[in-house]
Amino acid sequence: MKKLIEICWHGRGGQGAKTAAFLFADVVLSIGKYVQAFPEYGPERMGAPVQSFNRLSDYPITLHTSILNPDYIVVLDSSLIKSIVLKGVQKLVKIIVNTSFGIFETAKELNVDPKQVYVVDASRIALDMIGKNIPNMPMLGALVKVIKILDINNVLDSAKEKLVKKFRHKSEVIEGNLASIRCAFNEVKNF
Amino acid sequence: MSKKKTKYYNTKSGASELAVGGIVESGTAIDFVTGGWRSERPIWEKEKCIHCLVCWISCPDSSIKIEQNKIKKTVVIGINYNHCKGCGICKSECPKGAITMVNERK
Amino acid sequence: MIKIMYPKGKLVTKTGNEIMAEAMRQIEPDVVAAYPITPATEIMQIFSQFVSDGTVKTEYVAVESEHSAMSATIAASAAGARAMTGTSSQGLCLMWEMLYIASGLRLPVVMAEVNRALSAPINIHSDHSDTMGARDSGWIQIYSENSQEAYDNMIQAIRIAELAKLPTLVTTDGFIISHCMEVVEVYPDDDVKEFIGDYKPDRYLLDIKRPYTLGSITLQDYYFEHRYQLAKAMIDAKCIILDVAKSFKKKFGRKYDFYETYMLDDAEIAIIIMGSTSGTVKVVVDELREKGIKAGLLKIRIYRPFPVDQIAKDLAHLKVIAVMDRADSCSGSFAPLYLDIISSFYVSEILNVKIVNYIYGLGGREISTAHIFDIYKTLDKIALGLEKPFKQVEYVNLRKTNE
Repeated sequence: MKKLIEICWHGRGGQGAKTAAFLFADVVLSIGKYVQAFPEYGPERMGAPVQSFNRLSDYPITLHTSILNPDYIVVLDSSLIKSIVLKGVQKLVKIIVNTSFGIFETAKELNVDPKQVYVVDASRIALDMIGKNIPNMPMLGALVKVIKILDINNVLDSAKEKLVKKFRHKSEVIEGNLASIRCAFNEVKNF
Repeated sequence: MSKKKTKYYNTKSGASELAVGGIVESGTAIDFVTGGWRSERPIWEKEKCIHCLVCWISCPDSSIKIEQNKIKKTVVIGINYNHCKGCGICKSECPKGAITMVNERK
Repeated sequence: MIKIMYPKGKLVTKTGNEIMAEAMRQIEPDVVAAYPITPATEIMQIFSQFVSDGTVKTEYVAVESEHSAMSATIAASAAGARAMTGTSSQGLCLMWEMLYIASGLRLPVVMAEVNRALSAPINIHSDHSDTMGARDSGWIQIYSENSQEAYDNMIQAIRIAELAKLPTLVTTDGFIISHCMEVVEVYPDDDVKEFIGDYKPDRYLLDIKRPYTLGSITLQDYYFEHRYQLAKAMIDAKCIILDVAKSFKKKFGRKYDFYETYMLDDAEIAIIIMGSTSGTVKVVVDELREKGIKAGLLKIRIYRPFPVDQIAKDLAHLKVIAVMDRADSCSGSFAPLYLDIISSFYVSEILNVKIVNYIYGLGGREISTAHIFDIYKTLDKIALGLEKPFKQVEYVNLRKTNE
């Protein structure tokens, strides 16, 4: 593992980009790594483009700046692709997109090498399994697959712990979310 | 009320002696003699007094002296001129005219 | 794996606000009075949940303004309770007159503060203008670099405040720390409670056996002496702060001091800074060291009382220093931290170190590693005599003209 891995989540207000980044931080701690999770703050409105961030490392993270050159970009809403400006991507940033389109079309739209692009139809998975188009949990599953350093069962355990606190009386919501994480983990594909 | 010993500061007290946070101990009013503020002095006439204690309850400076007599009845016994400021409330309130105000200079 | 410092400690991921609320839960003060304000709202929101869940026995007073929050906290403290509050920015400003009363009455109120810029224009992001405004109010000020420090500082603040009989505030940088989730080692409740101990005030208003008057007037004859007492208490607090840090280290294993030095012993150029950006500076120092540049960092933790007689001695071997302030004093002179550092050098009679002043990050303006690199580069040039030290404040990442 390199010294510092940085992740940037792009979503729209209400899609759970912040929740996903924070849950991801919990999971990363469970495998004994240092981690940060923070959202980008501005006026928060449903539907407005929002970002959240993760840093993870084997060493204490003291950096307190925003992330400009992430190693991974997770796009929760494919309509945001146009707004993602890839500046200074000398490093091979990996981009995971929630889309029903294929890798080549998405890569073309992003103007990057198809090898950098991963696609998963997280919105469909969310609709099927949770009943709402909130694609953050499936996208978390996809990220876990792409980033490789985490064990999916650990992730599901951590996610369950967190979800139980939030939806104590809605077991179907918890089960749906967990199933969507596993499903996207299996379905995410690349070149 | 028993007289308690209170610590006093004078204008020579330095910062190291003054109480922390500027607190002031209670019960210090008893030693602050305000009788000199008076221009009129209340005179209490024992013969007219019915010991209704209206003067005692009205006095803003607790200057009406009372005690319990032999039959456990609370009675007025005089006026504390060390603290009485001569406001005359006792005179105005007394239902029997047992208190009169006289000029201090007389 | 992440190393824990205290054998019974547990690693959790929490934001700055969550961890401050967690510290308050463990401290379990008798009374908390607060009014919400971004970005400190969460602290009291989470803590009030603890109260309503019955997790803590604290009396929570929901007040109508920060002025009332501070007033209620002062009153509770005067009555003999362990009392706490929390606020930020404009909220701290509204507490203004009550801040001086808390310190003047020598009440050990502890405040969880989140640094945020001051209006106008309105801004919710981090800078140190709010607490700098309160720097002369007789409050002990403790700045935290990250969530771990915020947690540890909160626990220490209770003991410092009660021993020094001075109100104390612990700060984190708004959003950068308050809303950033990081790995924090928390200690068991019982161990924290044991460390802070029970609050046994010498005198308190509800002590009916020894009544006294609080808040009386003093005029020309006594006021000056009482204010001197406060100034003296601030000086005496220095020993108390170090003692508490020492027993904290003994108990929980983490070392704290007035300030933290990083790669400073053999450094030639250094930055002096407070709060979250010091973490970013550490990253830059590491990279510069790899290139053979002798860069260092001094991070202020305790800003009030200021360690004036000590700090310059630890910096005497340097060639050039940049003091970085996250607040402007708009004084036509320099920023607050710079002035404190300069006075330390002057009284220590160390006059051969060149010291420059930068102001950065007002209203949450980004301060990246690149900006800090540039500052070190400038310091290096000054050290080599290629540039003259500038004689006024330099502003980092500010547009003075259209770029």
